[in-house]
Amino acid sequence: MRKIRLGGGAGYSGDRIEPAVELAEKGDIQYLCFECLAERTIAIAQQAKMKNPSVGYDALLTARMEAVLALCWQKGIKIITNMGAANPIAGSQKIKEVAQKLGVKGLKIAAITGDDVLEVIHMQDYTIEETGEKLSTIKDKLVSANVYLGAEPIIEALQGGADIVITGRVADPALFIAPLVYEFGWSLENWNLMGQATVIGHLMECAGQITGGYLADPGYKDVPGIGHLGFPIAEVSEDGTVVITKVADAGGIVNLITCKEQLLYEIHNPATYFTPDVVADFTGVQMTEIAKDQVKVVGGTGSPKTELLKTSIGYVDSYIGEGQISYAGPGAVKRGQLALNIVKERLELTGVKVQEFRFDLVGVNALHGAKLSNGYEPYEVRARVAGRTKDMKEAVRIGNEVETLYTNGPAGGAGAWKVAREVVAMVSILIPRSLVNYFVHYEVV
Amino acid sequence: MKLHDIAHSRTGDKGNTSNISLIAYDPAHYPLLRKYVTAERVKEFFSDIVQGDVVRYELPNIGALNFVMFQALGGGVTRTLALDIHGKSLSSALMDIEIPDNSNIL
Repeated sequence: MRKIRLGGGAGYSGDRIEPAVELAEKGDIQYLCFECLAERTIAIAQQAKMKNPSVGYDALLTARMEAVLALCWQKGIKIITNMGAANPIAGSQKIKEVAQKLGVKGLKIAAITGDDVLEVIHMQDYTIEETGEKLSTIKDKLVSANVYLGAEPIIEALQGGADIVITGRVADPALFIAPLVYEFGWSLENWNLMGQATVIGHLMECAGQITGGYLADPGYKDVPGIGHLGFPIAEVSEDGTVVITKVADAGGIVNLITCKEQLLYEIHNPATYFTPDVVADFTGVQMTEIAKDQVKVVGGTGSPKTELLKTSIGYVDSYIGEGQISYAGPGAVKRGQLALNIVKERLELTGVKVQEFRFDLVGVNALHGAKLSNGYEPYEVRARVAGRTKDMKEAVRIGNEVETLYTNGPAGGAGAWKVAREVVAMVSILIPRSLVNYFVHYEVV
Repeated sequence: MKLHDIAHSRTGDKGNTSNISLIAYDPAHYPLLRKYVTAERVKEFFSDIVQGDVVRYELPNIGALNFVMFQALGGGVTRTLALDIHGKSLSSALMDIEIPDNSNIL
């Protein structure tokens, strides 16, 4: 049976670069797929694009392409990525530039647009899924609106002869579903195959998270060669059966533990995983270790896709000011607590307008609160204050009140640090599929 | 014994919702997880952190449970004031839950 090998080249925008080079060199892959677009990344990219129309694509696009493009071209490996972020066309032009610099000729790059629906959503007052409020309540603060496209535009680009496909917002699994549908000629309405393809995409989209990343727990879950973790390969057969594996001499591990953890990562009801391509059902999935670092996965199924598409809305929500300072030695926890009390009093005294606060002792209760930390007393603590404000000026004052503890606070305050930032937050709405159109643009080198 | 001895776990986030998988190393221990680690117990365990409901899904095929915890992330990764913006560390807390020794149950 014919097989296609896909490589997972990145699991988030800032991910390591060299594992993808290793996949291209030694992975015997036909496709290298980079998932680099977290929910908020596109809103921040949209802000950048508003200031400068020639940017708005992923900050590491150039570096990743410089690392893999020539090698992929030489070996006939096609690249699929959502590194276009808010500006796939500018992204494709940047890739063209990189290709020209590397002396690559005859390369076809496709950019997918149509996910930016900021203009479209004004036609109706949608309900925000998370809060139940109307979108009009935040209409003056909107930064971006991007609908999740499916595999279809990427498939069209591959049919159009693209060697590289760069998108904005698409469902993460679509980056992997598209090459499978294109290569095997699967019907987009074969729901069980689409469900299994979604399982494959879901397992692959976080790259190192299925080869031993986000996993090691010494003595319980040990990961060999974790410092040079390899990224995953999906060897997919025409019937949808997949074997997840990695380059043999790369670090990391692929086993039932890594695959099961990744299958359930960011999943709610495993029987109804909604994507633009299918409603996938993970409950029938079966996994078998067939050899060292080789796990066979079958049994993903699905039912017809829905008529509504998830759309991520970015908006300027608030500002956050934060400050931190450390205390150590005998009485560290008491001095840290005193520091928090002082900051609380100072912010009241000086009239800083804060909507929401958080006072943490890192090392004691910052991650899980007082109840789960059981009163454990560490050698050192870090007092941390974070507050939400309506404007930047107020946010700055929070960190300042922490920093001034150096000379005005408890004994031995060390390593103070502060930050204030604008918060672009994300919510989602559902819009009718009929409002969404995609476009495929080509660049040829 | 602690869950850490028989199971492993990973946390994921979507908006203000956290999900935690709980997976038996040995599928024979799955009934034990199913019996003792109920949605109610997980909600009580995380009562300082999770403001909303906890729903449990079962995946007997892979010997796993999936807990979906609503209003669990201080508004979600894009706006929370928390140090752990994704709630990545929650799965490690879950490993601390005590359940009866399996010897007289299986």
